[in-house]
Amino acid sequence: MKFAILFAAGAACLATAAIADNAVLVQSTTSTKNAGLYDYILPMVKADTGITVNVVAVGTGAAIKNAMNCDGDVLLVHSRKREDQFVAAGYAKQRYDVMYNDFVVIGPAGDPAGIAGGTDVTAAMVKIANSKSKFASRGDDSGTHSKEKSLWAMAKIDQAASSGDWYRETGSGMGATLNAAVGMGAYALSDRASWGAHANKADFKIMVEGDQRLFNPYGVMLVDSQKCPNVRSKEGQIFIDWLISAKGQAAIASFKLDGKQLFFPNAR
Amino acid sequence: MSDQTAMAQRGLMPITVQNITLTLNERILIDDLSCNIESDGMSVIMGPNGAGKSLFMRCLHGLAKPDMGQILYAGTPLDPLIRQQQSLVFQTPTILRRTVLANLLFVAHQRGIDDPKISMDYLAQLQLDHLAQHPARLLSGGEKQRLALARALIINPAILFLDEATSNLDPASIETIETNLQSVSKQGMKIILVTHDIGQAKRLADDVLFLHHGKLAEHSPAKSFFQKPKSAAAKAYLAGKLVL
Amino acid sequence: MPIYSESFAAAFGLLASSDRDLMEILALSINVSLASLVLSCVIGLPIGAFLAMRHFPMRDFLVGVFNAMMGLPPVVVGLLVYLHLSRSGPFGWLGLLYTPQAMVIAQMILITPIIIALSCQVLEDLHEDYKDFFDSLVVPKRTALLAYIIDARYSLMTVILAGFGRAISEVGAVIIVGGNIDHLTRVMTTAIALETSKGELALALALGFILLAISLAVNFLVQWLKASARRRAYV
Repeated sequence: MKFAILFAAGAACLATAAIADNAVLVQSTTSTKNAGLYDYILPMVKADTGITVNVVAVGTGAAIKNAMNCDGDVLLVHSRKREDQFVAAGYAKQRYDVMYNDFVVIGPAGDPAGIAGGTDVTAAMVKIANSKSKFASRGDDSGTHSKEKSLWAMAKIDQAASSGDWYRETGSGMGATLNAAVGMGAYALSDRASWGAHANKADFKIMVEGDQRLFNPYGVMLVDSQKCPNVRSKEGQIFIDWLISAKGQAAIASFKLDGKQLFFPNAR
Repeated sequence: MSDQTAMAQRGLMPITVQNITLTLNERILIDDLSCNIESDGMSVIMGPNGAGKSLFMRCLHGLAKPDMGQILYAGTPLDPLIRQQQSLVFQTPTILRRTVLANLLFVAHQRGIDDPKISMDYLAQLQLDHLAQHPARLLSGGEKQRLALARALIINPAILFLDEATSNLDPASIETIETNLQSVSKQGMKIILVTHDIGQAKRLADDVLFLHHGKLAEHSPAKSFFQKPKSAAAKAYLAGKLVL
Repeated sequence: MPIYSESFAAAFGLLASSDRDLMEILALSINVSLASLVLSCVIGLPIGAFLAMRHFPMRDFLVGVFNAMMGLPPVVVGLLVYLHLSRSGPFGWLGLLYTPQAMVIAQMILITPIIIALSCQVLEDLHEDYKDFFDSLVVPKRTALLAYIIDARYSLMTVILAGFGRAISEVGAVIIVGGNIDHLTRVMTTAIALETSKGELALALALGFILLAISLAVNFLVQWLKASARRRAYV
């Protein structure tokens, strides 16, 4: 029996990958991760500051909830209203602008709703609803989902009433939703970075872009140590400071995919 | 060996069975059975199917517990120490998933007999020595039963029980087993066996306990049992007329 | 479908170049699964043996519960482990969330019922076979238990294999409690999930092939062991 316990303890150690002392845990939206931004900038963070950044990429909604459970040091998401609520509730002292990009409506080349080339997103959404063309929604309480719901509201369409009909809520991340949209020939709302980096595009194209209502700002916050005493405030702040520094901002701007910039720095 | 057996035997015999009754699912399987089994020779338990022979033997060995009555070994109720001086060979032997020798070694080890040479001697005695490293589960029926007997004998029990141990075996295996039984019996080991084979009973028995409907119908010396059975049931059975 | 050939080529390419990231992910997958497997066996085998050998009033109920728990949805287990290991949960002070240990705990909860239920079944059959003989021989319970485990070792190996298969192929629980953090908690299944979500379907499938190859290799090994056991009639 003693042997068994020793053996078990040994086995448990086997699976132990040491977490660096100066590691920061970021609760993040998925788009930054799926696009490959972290893979690009985190080695620079490590080189400049010595800090290891670990990223848990979930939807904005889940990221905020995890952070409120104190399971993260830094929050990087894109849903301005909920970020402000997060700060107001005392979970962070302040929100920092980091960067922005924009949302786009993507759809199949056949374009059943006839919205290709549009710049008025609500008009396009009305056309989609009227033609009952399929639309794949995240349906997962993410930042993109919040944005999409606000766009339907602006277009004065009760899309939820058609859920399961032409309106399909996948309840999944951006990538899974794009896969689903491509799979069933549906339109979808995506941030430009996720769509740009998505490898399974088939014949899908950007249908609507350029509307200022499609603005997609990302914010970063340090989880407040008064709410969550375990937070690594020092390292977390160093990471944030790097992101909003001239060097960090330049790094974000220089991240390109197929020659195209996906995120635009806007820290003040 | 024979001295040891004799000593142990004096410690266990006679067996006194006092009014044991065993009921299962409201069926009376052993019904107020009493008898006295003496130390000498081989006692054979006979009776038609369902008479309760095997169950009676299981009670004697402690594998089944009577609801009422008691079984005394030289005046002492059955306990683990007494049971350790008994062996039982089942009708269908349980063969460990190991080699022939390992089967024997496992049993011997339980009684502190760890010299493999002793185990090999017993295998030779039962004509199994050439199969020592053979997987035991691949033995023939006769070989398996001989291995079971070797396992029963190696612990040198005071009492050896055999529950229809030779039914369905080849004549050579029966011959080997019977020869061994006669040999150990001569050395003083008490043997109690259940059998359906009237021929075998005639060859081996010193006394016969005849069971019918869970009762002891007759307990006689072998000679008088086969020549002049006292009970009607035994008469009918020996004449081949009693089925149940 | 052309994607198969593309994925096969990608899988071979990754393996042939022993891609560092892949090797890291692969090693973590195997380590986490093995660790949870060992822990599950240490806990599960004695319980399985106990249930196989003893008859007590709640025994059948417990066996039923463990049988049902074999089908525990991984996401539910992941969620429960998350809630307990979260900083705001009862074991938050351990700081285990988003670590390999958290994944080991989740997988252990998933596969322990499998080890218990299946080993109970195997040992129960053997117990039925051996119990009268052992009772007759007055074998102590511990000796009997050891004999069961020795004599049933090849069948138990299949049981353990079933546990390993569940552990290494599971994604729902480890992605929640591990967080799929690169170089820390990314394993084969969560990497497949990530590549799928990035739309890198061929790469995801290639990783799937590699995972399948591991499962096949382990299975063939046990098959071979069992076959040689059958030749020697241990089974």
